[in-house]
Amino acid sequence: MIEARGIVKCFGAFTALDGVSVDVPTGSLTALLGPSGSGKSTLLRVIAGLEQPDAGEVFLDGEDVTRRPPQARGVGFVFQHYAAFKHMTVWDNIAFGLTIRRRPRTQIKQRVSELLDLVQLSGLAKRYPAQLSGGQRQRMGLARALAVDPKVLLLDEPFGALDARVRKELRLWLRRLHDETHTTTVIVTHDQEEAMDVADRVVVMNAGRIEQTAPPRELYDNPANEFVMSFVGPVNRLGDTFIRPHDVELLLEPNGSTQEAMVQRLVHLGFEVRVELVRDDGETMSAQLTREQVEALELQHGQIVYVRPTRQTVFTD
Amino acid sequence: MAANAETLSAAPGTRRSLAPGLSIGLSTLYLSVIVLLPLAALSWKAHGWGAISTSQATAALRLTLGLSLAVALVNAVAGTVIAWTLVRDRFVGQGFVNALVDLPFALPTIVAGLTLLALYGPKSPVGINAAFTRWGLLLALLFVTLPFVVRTVQPVLFELDREMEDAAASLGAGRFTTFQRIILPSILPAILSGVALAFARAIGEFGAVVLISGNLPFKTEVVSVYVFGRLESGDSGGAAAASVVILLISFGVLLAIGALRRWVMRHGR
Amino acid sequence: MVAKYALRFASLGYLAVLLVAPVGFVFWRTFEHGVGPAWDAVTTPDALHALKVTLILTAIAVPANTIFGVLCALAIVRHRYPGAGVVNAVVDLPLALSPVVVGLALLLLYGRGGWLGGHEIVFALPGMVLATIFVSLPFVVREVVPVLREIGTEQEQAAATLGASAFQTFRRVTWPAIRYATAYGVVLTTARALGEFGAVSVVSGRLVGQTESLTLYVQDRYQAFDTTGAYAAAVLLALLAVATLLLMTRLKPKEGIR
Repeated sequence: MIEARGIVKCFGAFTALDGVSVDVPTGSLTALLGPSGSGKSTLLRVIAGLEQPDAGEVFLDGEDVTRRPPQARGVGFVFQHYAAFKHMTVWDNIAFGLTIRRRPRTQIKQRVSELLDLVQLSGLAKRYPAQLSGGQRQRMGLARALAVDPKVLLLDEPFGALDARVRKELRLWLRRLHDETHTTTVIVTHDQEEAMDVADRVVVMNAGRIEQTAPPRELYDNPANEFVMSFVGPVNRLGDTFIRPHDVELLLEPNGSTQEAMVQRLVHLGFEVRVELVRDDGETMSAQLTREQVEALELQHGQIVYVRPTRQTVFTD
Repeated sequence: MAANAETLSAAPGTRRSLAPGLSIGLSTLYLSVIVLLPLAALSWKAHGWGAISTSQATAALRLTLGLSLAVALVNAVAGTVIAWTLVRDRFVGQGFVNALVDLPFALPTIVAGLTLLALYGPKSPVGINAAFTRWGLLLALLFVTLPFVVRTVQPVLFELDREMEDAAASLGAGRFTTFQRIILPSILPAILSGVALAFARAIGEFGAVVLISGNLPFKTEVVSVYVFGRLESGDSGGAAAASVVILLISFGVLLAIGALRRWVMRHGR
Repeated sequence: MVAKYALRFASLGYLAVLLVAPVGFVFWRTFEHGVGPAWDAVTTPDALHALKVTLILTAIAVPANTIFGVLCALAIVRHRYPGAGVVNAVVDLPLALSPVVVGLALLLLYGRGGWLGGHEIVFALPGMVLATIFVSLPFVVREVVPVLREIGTEQEQAAATLGASAFQTFRRVTWPAIRYATAYGVVLTTARALGEFGAVSVVSGRLVGQTESLTLYVQDRYQAFDTTGAYAAAVLLALLAVATLLLMTRLKPKEGIR
């Protein structure tokens, strides 16, 4: 398991990590989620040993590895832009960790073949990275990192440079891989959908601090603060009250606790419909309804409706 | 390319076709007069093939080739080290050092030779006297060939993807292994380019060596000086013959280095 | 960590021993007894004549090679015609040839009994001019060609569709893009022309006071055991070189150093 305690890291005048502590349970798949500049990549690199913290400690399986170089930590690292060894074939890339450890040739051959099958690159062993697609290169990067049986697998926005469809495929694939191997894995992402989809636990970060650590569902249902709530899903803000679009009920008649609003726009997103509204006090908000609900209400552009939250959240302090 | 633009919308009265023709015509004329004719003369006048098989000529050839190769090798290492220091290191005065590397390009060769002679010659204040020795020649050639490998390696090193080195570290490679397996293969084509340039320059160097070497036949006489000597004695045929031989050899070596470089690159990217 | 300092020390040490110490030493020796003796040495009639010769050679070679260089670069990059590759390789030739060989070729060609011989070219200024032009030929071409390649033809085509003539296109679109590369090439050409020794040595006949450039003068003084004179002239050339180096540094395309 991974423990980071009180990590501080500054780059010049910029504080990337402001006393961050986090625990990653053994065998879990944890996501570090946050916007650009939140410090998530920096934290990952500190855990890997690619950055040295200004203060704080890192423990891997109970051992203090803070001063250890990345070579000695037994971590596998996967980079956003693949960091492929351009002058080596796919085979040599994957075999690299084993080659420099001088493992016997037969062992290398067996392990690399295994991994090529695992990542479905078997026919491409003799190609060079430049001849592969982005998705293939990243699978190679994963195989390369796994080749030396790391105790911990760290992925730094691994699918960030890929297009949407490939991203979703690889995401699923990573989750399945994790379910098979149970390697302790940490993935950095700015995509909340990705984090929610793939991880057991999500650590939400912002401006060098941790906002909340929880399983995805709890994060969504019980966000610790405004930032987490807004980051993890769409939200309507009415003064101090936060309402999820799917917790907005639309009625055709007023009833005491409702507020008047006009339908400004109907956006049909397949099964769901997003209804953009303007309230009578001028504020805008959006509601999320199913197609049936919209048809039942016979909603149209310009129609007056009455809105009521079925659930709302207020954050104290 | 420009032809398409010409036919598209020619403003009336403008003579477009003049410029390209002018460029080509003038360039070719200029080139022929200055470059090609003299070289043709050189090949034709090389009657005296016998001259090159004299032992003095062969000695000069052997010495020149040996020294140039040695210089190329020293530069391969020194140039890479200096390029590394300029790209990866950070210290006060780095900009000055970077400019300094170009000094051999700017300084007249005779001046370079003179300064080396002053400090490392008969009146040396530090007691090193390399005049009339092959070490003196080596020094002079190292001086004038200094910038080549540095300048070819520098941009490549600068553009190198640092994440590859991080990846190697995360996979367990120490600094030396990372250099050997990741960095070196990536900069090797650039090193070879620089080596080729340094070699070509060293083979033909005259101004820097002429003072410090003393031009002792069989000991410190390089081919360029030998050719000069033949000219002074009126043996232009022998001079031409030796020149053609050294030209052929250096073209051969340059072709070989070029092929080696292409081979390295094909097995790279 | 240690490796970093070791490499730094090795690099700086190498440069100090090979470049800085010798050049610095000659400067020191020259001005050891003040500027006076050096000034005297460099203002003798022979020295001044040699300086004049060098400046004339440079003043002819540099503009000639600049104009040729730009035209040739345009020809090589913009107009695909058979033999463009050959022209490209030939332009690089002076860089690969020993200066002595260059001088020899000129001698054979333009000297008495040569193909174009008979006129007062060798052992006179014209021969030296030709030699200087030859050896400093490639620099402007080599600097301008990659820039021309990189900027591509689109802007020029746009200008053409807007009605610009070839000359207008060159002046307003092409030239501004290659201006700095040309300037850098000019600086390199000047440095080469000023420092030329081997080719002019062969071709000039070394007649003191007549066909001696400043570089030849340095050798002449040294061989006459006049080290003061040799050093002074060398320092003068070195100062010109340093000025050239400063210009080079300023104009150089920035890459390879943080």
